[in-house]
Amino acid sequence: MNFDRLKEKLEILADAAKYDVSCSSSGGTRKNKKGALGDSSPSGICHTYTEDGRCVSLLKILLTNHCIYDCAYCVSRSSNDIKRAAFTVEEVVDLTINFYRRNYIEGLFLSSGIFKNADTTMERLVRVAKKLRLEENFNGYIHLKSIPGASDDLMQEAALYADRLSVNIEIPTESGLKLLAPEKNRQDMISPMRYIQKGIIQYKDEKKILKKVPKFAPAGQSTQMIVGATNENDLQIIKVADHFYKNFNLKRVYYSGYVPVLEDQRLPSLTTEVPMLRENRLYQSDWLMRFYGFKAEEILDPNMPFLDLEVDPKLSWALRNLDQFPINLQTAEYQLILRIPGIGVKTAQKIVSARRFQILTIDHLKKLGAAVNRAKYFIDFNAGNAYLRYLTDKNFRRLLIGGSSSKFHNQFSQQLTLF
Amino acid sequence: MTTLLYDGSFDGLLTAVFEVFEYRYKDVEIASKERFHQENIFAEIHEVITQTDKSERVLNKLEQNIGKPGIYKLLKVFLSEDPDLENLTLSAVRQSVKHPEDNILENFADSDVLKISKICKSVDRERHRMTAFVRFEKMKDDVFFAKIDPDFNVLPLIRKHFKDRYQDQKWMIYDLRRNYGLFYDLDDCEFFYPDEKIDLHHYQQKFHDEEKNYQVLWQRYFTKTNIVERKNIKLHIQHVPKRYWKYLTEKW
Ligand code: SF4
Repeated sequence: MNFDRLKEKLEILADAAKYDVSCSSSGGTRKNKKGALGDSSPSGICHTYTEDGRCVSLLKILLTNHCIYDCAYCVSRSSNDIKRAAFTVEEVVDLTINFYRRNYIEGLFLSSGIFKNADTTMERLVRVAKKLRLEENFNGYIHLKSIPGASDDLMQEAALYADRLSVNIEIPTESGLKLLAPEKNRQDMISPMRYIQKGIIQYKDEKKILKKVPKFAPAGQSTQMIVGATNENDLQIIKVADHFYKNFNLKRVYYSGYVPVLEDQRLPSLTTEVPMLRENRLYQSDWLMRFYGFKAEEILDPNMPFLDLEVDPKLSWALRNLDQFPINLQTAEYQLILRIPGIGVKTAQKIVSARRFQILTIDHLKKLGAAVNRAKYFIDFNAGNAYLRYLTDKNFRRLLIGGSSSKFHNQFSQQLTLF
Repeated sequence: MTTLLYDGSFDGLLTAVFEVFEYRYKDVEIASKERFHQENIFAEIHEVITQTDKSERVLNKLEQNIGKPGIYKLLKVFLSEDPDLENLTLSAVRQSVKHPEDNILENFADSDVLKISKICKSVDRERHRMTAFVRFEKMKDDVFFAKIDPDFNVLPLIRKHFKDRYQDQKWMIYDLRRNYGLFYDLDDCEFFYPDEKIDLHHYQQKFHDEEKNYQVLWQRYFTKTNIVERKNIKLHIQHVPKRYWKYLTEKW
């Protein structure tokens, strides 16, 4: 293997893949077979973090950055004058195995520009996964990016070897996609997702009858939306995400704040800030939908379709629904405890455990890990709570922001000072 | 006040706990021999001789009351090397004997239980970081070797993880601070305790020929996958505290 050439390819093809944010290795359940290499644990492991603070758990690369398409938001687009490269199947396999053996990664995330056509490209991706599984006995995590328009047969094969498959929706609205990627159409993106979804359901059915059905994309599918490249609002984005969660059983939707890298009159200018705080708020909303039992409609009001940048979406919901409070810590259902600002999933579980033993006070709450500076205004303790008088105060919102947003001020201070 | 001195092992500690009940000590503390400095000259010393039948009786009782997960928590307290670990363990066992029908480790409003839960959280986090931040280096003899220096004694807690994961390569993980390691030779995966500290001078000369290449590839990957426009060093350091950097190939 020519090391210098390999290094150069890796530099180009890692650089081109870095804007894809879906890198989690969670949800895999591949057990190591005796004497083989690797397993994937359901929780996934981040092996390091980039200087931009994102987790590195997979070797995330493109097979090639040659592409016949010209999507405006993409650095690999055909009209962009950049260095091009392509890995061989063997090279990708070798990098994956050797990085895995050194415990750098949990597995491979392989995506690709489209050379020639969808099927040729997809076939190459599948060959990598197949070789890893069958020839290298590799049980680590494999995430393949499906190529829109690839045939059902190839999707079927991909799902046999990969843990997760994804098709990026890229632009949340259809009109936005028309504008920025005129050669692509939404249907080509959605149909492989539909195919995989059907496959997963069928797998589950067959599994009930036959014990030894080959695994079919066991970690499910995910997608990614670029945020801020077109002018969609947050309500539209959340609705799209909700639609995919509900109708396609998606495991994750990723939101990627648009990084302006290309000069194009259809796109925000190169000096536009990456909308990191907005991206963060979208992830928070996503958590509310997946783990806190919130419905998409509860998170945003159609009259105010953008997420509040000043307060997180859960607090924002609480402020709009003050009549739901105070919530009694000793007697309220778990689902309601979860809705108290400043109380996360773990703390809520601890509360429900601990209250069987004694009457909880504000001191207990602090010790159990709640953000009491926020939570205290929304809770009724059995012994009463003096802070509740603020709940009806006209300036309640101001009062809360003063004491609660510090976490984000620090993390996003670069952005916030610009406003 | 009676001080029970034990040999520093988990079995020893549980034997000591057993003897607290056996001899009906009320005003008592347990201390490991290595760490014991006599402060209270009026204290009576009781030397504990580790006996597995006694420690097992404690374990069985605990398993009935707080289950295997509960015992696992107490093991983590032991591995935390916390100065208070003996007394926390004793407190947990005492409470558990008093309330056998409850899982007392869930009574987070009790200050000892809460402390146990906090210690477990810290140990878990370190354990998790060790599964993430271990970096193997391939040596001439085909053994993948890794050095660690964790804040708690978590090597026993990561044995299964690495044993499950790397079955077709020889590997070794060595705890520099505690001077012992774990070695998998394709058949068995055992702890080893060298008489002297392993000599790590010039150990790069013992690298396999291909090792440097893959290290460089990984470093280049790490640099290239970063998005400069989104740089956030504060967040980076929060995730990868500086004390780990010297063991991370990508941070050299
Ligand atoms: S098809 Fe994919 S790789 Fe090609 S330009 Fe569009 S987004 Fe980029």
